[in-house]
Amino acid sequence: MRLYEYMAKEIFRNNGIPVPKGQVFTSAEEIADFVAQIGPVAIKSQVLSGGRGKAGGIKFASNPQEATEKARELLATEIKGLKVDVILVEQKLSIEKELYLAITYDGARRKPLLIASAAGGVEIEQVAEELLVKRLIDINVGLQPYAAREITRQLGLKGQIAKHVVEIMLKLYQIFRKYDAELIEINPLVVADSQEFAADGKMTIDDEAAFRFGKDVPLVEEKTAVEQRAAELGISYVELEGEIGVMANGAGITMATLDLINEFGSSPRNFMDAGGGSSIQATASALEILLSTQPKALLINIFGGITRCDEVAKAIIQVKETMDIQVPMVIRLVGTNEEAGIALLREQDIETYRKIDEAVAKVVSFVKAKGA
Amino acid sequence: MAIIINETTKILVQGITGKQGQFHTSQMLASGSRIVGGISPGKGGQVVHGVRIYDTVEEAMMTEKAEASVIFVPAKQVKDCVFEAIDGGIKTLVIITEHVPLHDAMEIMAFAEMKHVQIVGPNTFGLISPGKSKIGIMPNSIFISGSVGVVARSGTLSYEIVSQLTNAGIGQSTVVGLGGDRIVGLSFIEVLAQFEADPETKAVVLVGEIGGNAEEEASIFIKTMSKPVIAFLAGKSAPPGKRMGHAGAIIERGKGTYDRKIIALKAAGAYIASLPWEVSDLVKKALTETIHVRF
Repeated sequence: MRLYEYMAKEIFRNNGIPVPKGQVFTSAEEIADFVAQIGPVAIKSQVLSGGRGKAGGIKFASNPQEATEKARELLATEIKGLKVDVILVEQKLSIEKELYLAITYDGARRKPLLIASAAGGVEIEQVAEELLVKRLIDINVGLQPYAAREITRQLGLKGQIAKHVVEIMLKLYQIFRKYDAELIEINPLVVADSQEFAADGKMTIDDEAAFRFGKDVPLVEEKTAVEQRAAELGISYVELEGEIGVMANGAGITMATLDLINEFGSSPRNFMDAGGGSSIQATASALEILLSTQPKALLINIFGGITRCDEVAKAIIQVKETMDIQVPMVIRLVGTNEEAGIALLREQDIETYRKIDEAVAKVVSFVKAKGA
Repeated sequence: MAIIINETTKILVQGITGKQGQFHTSQMLASGSRIVGGISPGKGGQVVHGVRIYDTVEEAMMTEKAEASVIFVPAKQVKDCVFEAIDGGIKTLVIITEHVPLHDAMEIMAFAEMKHVQIVGPNTFGLISPGKSKIGIMPNSIFISGSVGVVARSGTLSYEIVSQLTNAGIGQSTVVGLGGDRIVGLSFIEVLAQFEADPETKAVVLVGEIGGNAEEEASIFIKTMSKPVIAFLAGKSAPPGKRMGHAGAIIERGKGTYDRKIIALKAAGAYIASLPWEVSDLVKKALTETIHVRF
């Protein structure tokens, strides 16, 4: 789950990392008083998209009237297709130096990874490798002050700034651990008037750790309505833009099925991994979700392990009886209780395939025939 | 031979009284696995499918010198159970459970590394040396014993490919599922190295997917191997930024793409199956070509 900038900054502030003076608004009419108090401001649209600045999502203003106008503009626009509902109005900083700080994880090394650079303020992908300082952290030991000091040495920092950046790194690591973060990024960490501020904040929290989140962890919903419904059923679902609705069991086989549909000249409407061992009811609900996205055809690809083919067949029949299915449906069933499943479907005149290539060829031919 | 597990491996089942734990214990016993005890706090002394239950791993280890353990407990409890197993002296751990938090997984791997414990998973179907032993949840019927090693990130896709091998008469030495999570224990390289050293294994099938850089890292090792590697990857058509079910299966910032992985694997000399049903033919081809080279 990605947090909005203002949420990440709230967490920073509560955990001792300095952030610029700022306030969140949902309407432009309320910000004049605040701007009158703090002087020139940056007005930042709160959207979950990288490259917000370049896309026009950040504006500057020097007085209350200008700020109100700019805020009005921002609240009426879309940034990279995302509607702006919330803006963060912040004191404009006179920047002396911009650093980059992030803590994430290295999947291959299985450890937390700190990344720092003295060349902050730009997208980190554009920073040359030799300007990045990377350091793996032993999770049993945590980030210790000596390691943070070494990082600041490599960044070329001296004196008070170096001391403060060490403090900020240690606090950032504490936040990383406390909030089960996948990524925390401060870009830039600004030095202004000999003080450091997290001028931007990105934070992604591990959804799998939700069971231990306290009340201080905000909730952000990024899923589409259909994706949300699927999540409630425990189904892994991603909307795509193609023609054929797909259900399979297992992430790898689902991905491979999508690849085959492309290979055969069509495109998938979605990724749906119905998982293993689902009940008849869950499978039926998954099918209903698929149909609600109005695909041109449906492909069901089941390799029964824990999942039993006869139960999948029963779910298909149940959905067919209760819903008016207008689109052609192709079913591939193999594995546990395959014979029973195929027999059930045959009674209903539903054809099944044992070979995946035949099933994909068939479903693509339906879509092509329709288009012609 | 075979790798990691064989007919002598003594196994504990943690979470044996749950629905999944019970069912898969019976399936593992049916495939020849030597299950010497189950763990279920508060249920010590009971028996499931003829297997004695203990309250704790430490208690079980007093009478049964198990080497391996398989974890079927809910995600919240996984870290505690893994620590218990490692502390109890278990050397090979298979974590079937999915949805283990990232930070728990990192703590698990750090402790395992310190204690020289092999972790398979989390979010894995497990591993099997057909005809000898199985620690996992895969259907027994699709495997036959033989000389091809299989290592995969994904479950059902591996069943698909193993079934094809079996239907083509190609048996397997050991089939290992690494798990679909962002942080998992055994890596492709560690498994490939064991297959390379295993006299029974003649060729290896690698089933990968988009996301991360596990396949790229594996390529570096494949280059040094004497045995042929046949690779199939899923996710060729996946759009960037969308997580395809597995926590690891996402193309982020242009990294972990299908094309980059294929280029790396090809450069390392691996045979590439661009469609899943090409795998068995490529295995046959690889085995004949390797023999030609040797003579």
